Amino acid sequence: MTSDLSRAGARRRPQRHLPLQVLLGFLVVYFLVPFWWVIVNSSKDAPGLFGGGNTLWFADRIDFLGNLEQLFTYDNGIYGRWILNSTLYALAGGVGATILAVMAGYGFAKYRFAARRFSFSLVLGALMVPATALVIPTFMMFSEFGLTNTVWAVILPSLLNPFGVYLMHVYARDAVPDEILDAARADGAGEIRTFLQVAFPLMRPAVVTVLLLSAVASWNNYFLPLAMLSDNRLFPVTVGLGLWQGIASANNAGSTSLWSLIIMGALMSVIPLVIAFFSLQRHWRGGLSVGGLR
Amino acid sequence: MRGKVRLREHVMGWLFVGPFGIVFLTLLIAPLAYALYLSLFQKKLIGGTSFVFLDNYVKAFTDPSFISGSWFVIRFSLVSIPLQIIMALALALILDAVTSLFSRFSRLMIFLPYAIPTVIGAVMWGFLYSKSFGPLTDLFGLFGATPPDFLGSNLIFYGLVNIVTWQWAGYYMIILYAALQGIDPALYEAARMDGAGKWQIALRIKIPLIAPALLLILVFSLIGTLQFFNEPQILRSLAAGTIGPDFTPNMYAYQQAFALANFNYGSAISFALGGVVFVGVYGFLFLTRKRRSFL
Repeated sequence: MTSDLSRAGARRRPQRHLPLQVLLGFLVVYFLVPFWWVIVNSSKDAPGLFGGGNTLWFADRIDFLGNLEQLFTYDNGIYGRWILNSTLYALAGGVGATILAVMAGYGFAKYRFAARRFSFSLVLGALMVPATALVIPTFMMFSEFGLTNTVWAVILPSLLNPFGVYLMHVYARDAVPDEILDAARADGAGEIRTFLQVAFPLMRPAVVTVLLLSAVASWNNYFLPLAMLSDNRLFPVTVGLGLWQGIASANNAGSTSLWSLIIMGALMSVIPLVIAFFSLQRHWRGGLSVGGLR
Repeated sequence: MRGKVRLREHVMGWLFVGPFGIVFLTLLIAPLAYALYLSLFQKKLIGGTSFVFLDNYVKAFTDPSFISGSWFVIRFSLVSIPLQIIMALALALILDAVTSLFSRFSRLMIFLPYAIPTVIGAVMWGFLYSKSFGPLTDLFGLFGATPPDFLGSNLIFYGLVNIVTWQWAGYYMIILYAALQGIDPALYEAARMDGAGKWQIALRIKIPLIAPALLLILVFSLIGTLQFFNEPQILRSLAAGTIGPDFTPNMYAYQQAFALANFNYGSAISFALGGVVFVGVYGFLFLTRKRRSFL
């Protein structure tokens, strides 16, 4: 790793490379096409959507607000509920998983306790267990305790984030020097206070990264809530839109309004995460390199 | 004194690791053990549930649905993973070499799909592929050609490859880009002194130095692709004749468990899939262990 100073010196001249920028331009268009399509078509009324006009450009009549109102009023505003559910699952799962991961990562990095090596190798092994393999047995277990079809059925399994533990372990090991911890202890700080007031601030970039990664994983989750939930008022937005799409495809003719709801619903569902990512950019970029560099 | 310090280390260590340990035991170890247990039984209409040992696994590995689904995800991995990684690597190298306002903008836009739930990504591409909503009909109509049907049985494979690449290439790019930014620029200077060109610097210095990050994303994409579920499940309603309920092993397990209430067989498929992924990835990491890996 170099200091910022020498790096700035080596990169003083901006590198333009026109042909590469043109190539980048084409690739950016590819990555943005689906967003563009959704934005354009969320503004169309039914004739505009089905009239056979240009699918990548706006129709003569723009009815964005009408579609938006329809989305949030359809079926007693079920869509708003789905968004709130997704938010709850992402926040509860994300915050919970992060707290557990930060504590465990710090514990693994800074204490030589019994069975530490063995436990940590179990965590590393768990990185390779596909999450979906756990869905069916977890469903069976939860149904024994009457937990299926409750919010807990979605939140509890999201608390498990072995990759977060691994990231926090690496980060705590490298970014929190033992000397600082020993100094805090010598000054009379207890273990908990040393962790909260000395170690935690040093680990903040990785904490934000783990928080974002786990919140995104919960927000994106589909298989787990699909299996666990049967009451559509508990659905996250992913399962809800999947449900609408199934209904709309099944009776193509009679569900013209549902298609425009799905388009608007897709657009509205991506906005919260896009905002979260852009506003927190500074924080997660630093932490993301941790896992890749070792 | 020494013994007291050791004891404190044990107690505090376990206090910090314990809460995660409880979640680990109840939501990972217990379900795995339960899946293994369930998979050893069979439920019959007559005679109830009986212990059949490995019969479900014998059945799975001779079940055409499970075998064809497994072949599909293996073929899919072989095509889509190299494509995603090559694309991510090319993008990361370009963005590392070009510094302009536009390149910073591009980096964010290319990463954007990662913030989109895979389900929503599949819904959006489903629209773009569709004959009634998508631009393909118009686009190919201009030349009087028939539009390709990415939801038809011939092209669904590539339709899915495209969705997955769009979704993940940006995320992998960011990981590789972060690794590239961590390389000491003095190395490039030294290489230039020795007469190395831009291509040689990229191939001989940059790529070898980010090998651990490449390995990390290779493992991630392998684990993700073998448990393929969301995208084909979402596109199923649009491509009903093309994507069956046994399209991937995970979809088949879901169908067995939740549509047919055949939890024993569903568990066996889940456990077999999990076991194959675990052994495959672990073996792969073991083979590449000589190089500095991320674990």
